Amino acid sequence: MTASPTVTDAPTPTPKEPEAQESRGAGLARLWQRGQGFLPTLIALALLLGMLIYAQVAYGRVFHAGTMSDLLVGAAPMLILAVGMTIVIISAGIDLSVGAVVAFSSVAGVMIMGTGVNGWLGLLIMVALGALFGLVAGVMVQTFNVQPFIATLAMMFLARGLASMLTTDVVRAPEDSPFGWLATKWKLYDGPKVNDFTVTPGLVIAVLVVVGAVFFMHRTRMGRTVYGIGESAASAQLMGLPVARTRIWIYIMSGACSGLAAVVYTASVQGSARNVTGLGWELDAIAAVVIGGTLLTGGAGYVLGSVIGVMVLQVMRLIITKDGTIDPQYLTIITGAVLLVFVLVQRVLARKGRER
Amino acid sequence: MNRFKAALRTPWFGALLAIVVLLAVNTIKDPGYLAIGTNQTTGMMSGNLLDILRISAPIIMISLGMTFVIATEGIDLSVGSMMAIGGAVAMQTLSSINQPSSVTAMLTAIGLALLLAFVLGTVNGILVAVVGLQPFITTLVMMMAARGIARVITGGQNTNARNGPFNQLATGQILGIPTGFVLAIGIVVLVALLMRRTALGLMIESIGINPHASRLAGIRPRPILIAVYALAAVLAAIGGLFTVAEVMTVNPSSTGNLMELDAILAVVIGGTSLAGGKFSILGSTAGALLIATLNKTVVFLGVPSAATPAFKGVVIIILVLLQSDRVRSLLKRRTKSPTTPSTPTAELESQEALA
Repeated sequence: MTASPTVTDAPTPTPKEPEAQESRGAGLARLWQRGQGFLPTLIALALLLGMLIYAQVAYGRVFHAGTMSDLLVGAAPMLILAVGMTIVIISAGIDLSVGAVVAFSSVAGVMIMGTGVNGWLGLLIMVALGALFGLVAGVMVQTFNVQPFIATLAMMFLARGLASMLTTDVVRAPEDSPFGWLATKWKLYDGPKVNDFTVTPGLVIAVLVVVGAVFFMHRTRMGRTVYGIGESAASAQLMGLPVARTRIWIYIMSGACSGLAAVVYTASVQGSARNVTGLGWELDAIAAVVIGGTLLTGGAGYVLGSVIGVMVLQVMRLIITKDGTIDPQYLTIITGAVLLVFVLVQRVLARKGRER
Repeated sequence: MNRFKAALRTPWFGALLAIVVLLAVNTIKDPGYLAIGTNQTTGMMSGNLLDILRISAPIIMISLGMTFVIATEGIDLSVGSMMAIGGAVAMQTLSSINQPSSVTAMLTAIGLALLLAFVLGTVNGILVAVVGLQPFITTLVMMMAARGIARVITGGQNTNARNGPFNQLATGQILGIPTGFVLAIGIVVLVALLMRRTALGLMIESIGINPHASRLAGIRPRPILIAVYALAAVLAAIGGLFTVAEVMTVNPSSTGNLMELDAILAVVIGGTSLAGGKFSILGSTAGALLIATLNKTVVFLGVPSAATPAFKGVVIIILVLLQSDRVRSLLKRRTKSPTTPSTPTAELESQEALA
């Protein structure tokens, strides 16, 4: 369809010409529109690279295997949370309970292990507890038609309150718990001095979750249904898609991701858990998802975009710590501001798309 | 008799009933619970009932603001952080002026606190009304950002201050009733007059029912929405002032923390629908009083106070489910009505969910 049509269409009567032109124009427009869908993600990618290069120039030692692996390992819990949040937001919902569920799940899991339950079973229970919160939220949203943010806000308070009821102190997992293994460092690349590229099993879990979610969203029927629900739940219902079942599963998955994030996070802090863990993580997760190009109104977005979003936040944190002159108190303000900017960019793009 | 029946059906009746039940439970545990005595040293009235009124003042303030936001089918998750903003600005101003008995210092502190809250609330309103962002995202960002700002104002530490008149706001009494409560009720009456004696309340409700239709009917939603969010922020800051005036110290991390649920809870108890379109100022105030009674009862009965958020979470889940159940039964009765075309699918969905 590049140069050949002009040659073959040359003898045809003129009235056909504009039609061909039009279809090519429509094709270009479609390409442009598809590109537009990627545009926020590309902006985020450019921002990420820009910040990395800035950090390298300003502070040095950023494009080092050691720094990079620290960044990735530190991002593992948030990666898992962001994956769950992406699925929820694509379905035009929201999950405000993730941070509180992480707190409850880690405190409960550590305490259960403390009673002598097998550590691996304890990890499973942690994930299951997260999924249970998701199930309750999902049933409220789907069966009782409660707005997602109200349902998950209630779950947030419930989970935070239950965690505080269990303990308000720091609890520690037994010495031989699997948390120790989950935090072991596997050296993939042995650089000079401390410049090693290391990964932890926690990071491997996060990567597996991301890969699994990409497969789920783009290669399974339920994944397509999630996009359909986000675009219009009523249309999806009329098309015969299993809206009710899918929507409940979406929240269960988000809850299970919170439970898994609790496992990985608790491992990264040597098996200690507190009831105040995860304050404000819901904002970080939402910010990562939105920065990564997922529409807050649902129906469009990519899991991989959210991975970029998480890394943007992570590098931002790195710059703020390396800089040293910025008060860490400003971190939530900056995260909020970045989230706001990206939401505004989405609004502008969406408005342009409608005018077209 | 008819009037009595009508009173039974009002939403605030349930709240009042619950307050009576809670007080009865407390009285059973300690027969002297309701007694009101006078403190020998200060000559002021004291008693559990007055305590409840005193701690209800901030809750009444945030619930009042939240009522109108929810009536426009919005939500304001930043009220707790606005309380921290109000408290932080006031304490920081008072401690830098450092005149323990100056009324001017108090007025300056209050003015500055309300000004900053007004600005932040207006930002909320502009983002929702002009830019068109979802209310819960806007106010979630503000919830985080405002708490960050409060921390920046106090330098991340607890700030103490000494100012007699300001302290009186919380600890003083007018005819034996806590000053804070009197002021709060005064503000409620003022706002209620503003809403119900002018068309403002009606306009807010119409925006909550259908913003597009109300625009066609000649109501401009933008200024009203901005005003509603600004009002909610200012009222929340007043609530923050009442809270910090009691202890004359502000902790930017914990002042007003998790209070947004209290506000939502009070509003929902008071019969304002989360779907927007109607509000009850009296109901929200009764709801706020119920929450204050509940807070006090939980402590009195020796339940660990850490359990309160979980308990409130359960209460709000039940209330929300009741609300939706009522809606569903109403819908079922009118299955054939053309205004509810979504009913068959809703039923289909619920059957599927059960299967």
